[in-house]
Amino acid sequence: MNPMRMRPITSPAVSRRVFLKSTAAAGAGLTLAIYVGEAAAQAAGPGLTPGSAAGIFAPNAFLRIGKDNTVTVIVKHLEMGQGVYTGLPTLVAEELDAAWSQVRVEGAPADAKVYNNLLWGPAQGTGGSTAMANSFEQYRQAGAAARAMLVAAAAATWKVPADAVVVKGGVVSHASGKKATFGELADAASKQAVPATVKLKDAKDFVFIGKSFPRTDSKAKSNGTARFTQDVKMPDMLTAVVLHPPRFGQKIAKVDSSAVSGVPGVRFVVEIPTGVAVVATTFWAAKKGRDALKIEWDETTGYRGSTDALVGEYRKLVTTSGKPARNDGDAAKAYDGAQRKLEGVYEFPYLAHAALEPMNCVVKLTRESCEVWNGEQFQTGDQFAIAKATGLKPEQIKLNMLFAGGSFGRRASSASDYVLEAVSIAVELVRSDKPGLPVKLVWTREDDMKAGFYRPLYVHGLKAGLDASGKIVGWQHRVAGQSILAGTAFESMMVKDGIDLTSVEGASTLPYDIPHLAVELHTTKADVPVLWWRSVGSTHTAYSTETFIDELATLAGKDPVAFRRDLLAKHPRFLAALDLAAQKANWTQPLAAGKPGEKRGRGVAVHESFGTVVAQVAEVTVDKDNKFKVDRVVCAVECGIAVNPDVIRAQMEGGIGFGLSAALYGKITLKDGVVEQSNFHDYPLLRINEMPVIEVHIVPSTAKPTGVGEPGVPVVAPAVANALAQATGKRLRVLPLALA
Amino acid sequence: MPTLFVNKERVDIAAAVPGDTPLLWILRDNLNLTGTKFGCGMALCGACTVYIDGQPTRSCVTPLSTLKPGVEITTIEGLSTKEGKAVQAAWEKLDVPQCGYCQSGQVMAAAALLAKKKRPSDADIDEAMAGNACRCATYVRIRAAIKEAAKALG
Repeated sequence: MNPMRMRPITSPAVSRRVFLKSTAAAGAGLTLAIYVGEAAAQAAGPGLTPGSAAGIFAPNAFLRIGKDNTVTVIVKHLEMGQGVYTGLPTLVAEELDAAWSQVRVEGAPADAKVYNNLLWGPAQGTGGSTAMANSFEQYRQAGAAARAMLVAAAAATWKVPADAVVVKGGVVSHASGKKATFGELADAASKQAVPATVKLKDAKDFVFIGKSFPRTDSKAKSNGTARFTQDVKMPDMLTAVVLHPPRFGQKIAKVDSSAVSGVPGVRFVVEIPTGVAVVATTFWAAKKGRDALKIEWDETTGYRGSTDALVGEYRKLVTTSGKPARNDGDAAKAYDGAQRKLEGVYEFPYLAHAALEPMNCVVKLTRESCEVWNGEQFQTGDQFAIAKATGLKPEQIKLNMLFAGGSFGRRASSASDYVLEAVSIAVELVRSDKPGLPVKLVWTREDDMKAGFYRPLYVHGLKAGLDASGKIVGWQHRVAGQSILAGTAFESMMVKDGIDLTSVEGASTLPYDIPHLAVELHTTKADVPVLWWRSVGSTHTAYSTETFIDELATLAGKDPVAFRRDLLAKHPRFLAALDLAAQKANWTQPLAAGKPGEKRGRGVAVHESFGTVVAQVAEVTVDKDNKFKVDRVVCAVECGIAVNPDVIRAQMEGGIGFGLSAALYGKITLKDGVVEQSNFHDYPLLRINEMPVIEVHIVPSTAKPTGVGEPGVPVVAPAVANALAQATGKRLRVLPLALA
Repeated sequence: MPTLFVNKERVDIAAAVPGDTPLLWILRDNLNLTGTKFGCGMALCGACTVYIDGQPTRSCVTPLSTLKPGVEITTIEGLSTKEGKAVQAAWEKLDVPQCGYCQSGQVMAAAALLAKKKRPSDADIDEAMAGNACRCATYVRIRAAIKEAAKALG
């Protein structure tokens, strides 16, 4: 057995930050300019980094063709389930006229100069359902440039005009009967000039786009060979488990690690800014070591709030004016003068992402370099944060992007929290003269559930009034809750005039034609770490707006679809999605009755997020004990060109299940600062027996593709709540949904 | 020194390995069989499902000390039954996985169901699969793929 090496735990106040400059204020000082714009997209074109190794044709940073005739597409975005390892290769294959069977996929390294998200400016990362939207032209151009060079190589070799060379299904040919594979032409193609401009295909000529080519990762994910962070193995690698404080921001008073030395396999116990790490040869040894730690926490530090108190505080806040996020006309006056009025206050709890792979990260650190393996979702932010923590330069930090076992926003941590935690352990190993010893940080489910970075808790207050004809004349919407972006690198761009756009998106962008409309925000402070959670602001704004509009339709005595349609005349994409969902759900026909004692209901909702409009019709059955089941959801999605319709269907299906999980169960509560949930027994996930039948229909479009990873999520809860209201007459304003 | 058979290979566990070590971590950390996943550590999610003498079992709550000598363990890496092959083929055909992290457990549970029931009803699928959580909610396709595999098996 390895000899035990224990580092004595010294006082937490002792300054020994020689190597580790600062990890305490994660995220602070990260001066990374991030902007949203199209300018960068124009600058990026084919042939960004020409050059090729012998025998390998790499016309640009996005693909490589090997002598073995494989086409390796370098995907710059994280594959976390959304299908980007299939979607972006589809774009390359399309313009290259490759055969799908020759396509391979590789995750891109961290290099924001080449692999930046074109919708985020100079930053590399995955989020906001932007992967396809920002890559649609870039990856097609990459494929087209490679194709042009293969054609030029064939033309030169065969001494025929380039325009007489045909490429189809991965084969280059000429009418004379000459034929070559990409692999055979790779050498010659690599000597061709990279074209300055390329012509992309017309949509009518698409062979791959719009067809559903199979996912590139299904096999590996069905036979256990797909490699996640949790699966990384390397010689001498150690596993670390961290004891976090019971409360956010709580400090250590005293550590007694004497019992840990009796646990075989434990190699180090180190104090880090986020707690105490036990580093061992195996996970089980590390966990047992952690169980043996005795820590006294400083009871004068740490957050002591409770969610009950926050809800009470926010409910009071929404009775007062907040900062204006949108102000059309005079909503207050219009409301006062309305014939019929409606008010509602809504509560949304904190939500955990609860990816099935708990957060983890592998780090190998020396005094000159840092290499990281994880489901890397925000390369540029993590590089900056690690650089700041270690004193290394960002370019000395190599990030390996592995499959993520789910993320839902969690792995794009604006604070780089768990990545920095892993790095801080590696820093202690370097200090203990163990540079280059790889360490894998593993969070248990309990660590993952309790460590924060939740969808914030919000309260909404809505008021609206109808005129005598049942038209909405005034609408006032107040939101109270924490800012996701405050203190992050995104703040300068996405917080305008004190309005965090992620707090109000979906409410401030309400599409309905209402003459007097006001949206106000109260940004609150609570020392609970918050983060974007799949569909971000829409997770709550879609619910309050779409259930409130539905209630107004009832008040006006109008059909919920017809009522919405009248207010959406200027929004053809909303109408297209709404009409398609209503038609496919047989909205105008009565819903089949349930068994004796059961009530059935049908509800609709429509919402735009990340440029994609989704409409859903939900059908529910309520039994005599007020328990309900969602039987069926009919979903229509308007997301521009459907690059891979089956992946889009999968994202809608999964998004509906994910949204339903939150609608039925999702709730993180705090009492005296302590998170009360810990695992799936008290933070349940939707199971197969609760999954509705789902039908997905895609609105045909010739517009550029928009995102599909998130927009299916926020629509299901209001559709279900509206169905429950139809069945029972009850309007639910508190999430998760409960009838009893 | 307990002896196990893992995917038909004899494995002798060193006496130094503590008896309270869950089988999951023996597989992952000692035997390098990482297809079986850690999700919850409390038998709540099913990502760690393996077969012990043919029975689907949550390896995360199965301590080494509870395993009878000579017991047969099958992991996703060793799944070679006709039901297992049919399930994996159906999973690929219908593109069931999204993030994929739970799918080893789903495949193990689905193959075990088909070994017991040739033509499972929706209720059978609910009963056999409700213990396997999928955070991506690929349930629509899991159900369809189980039926597809049942059909392929004839």
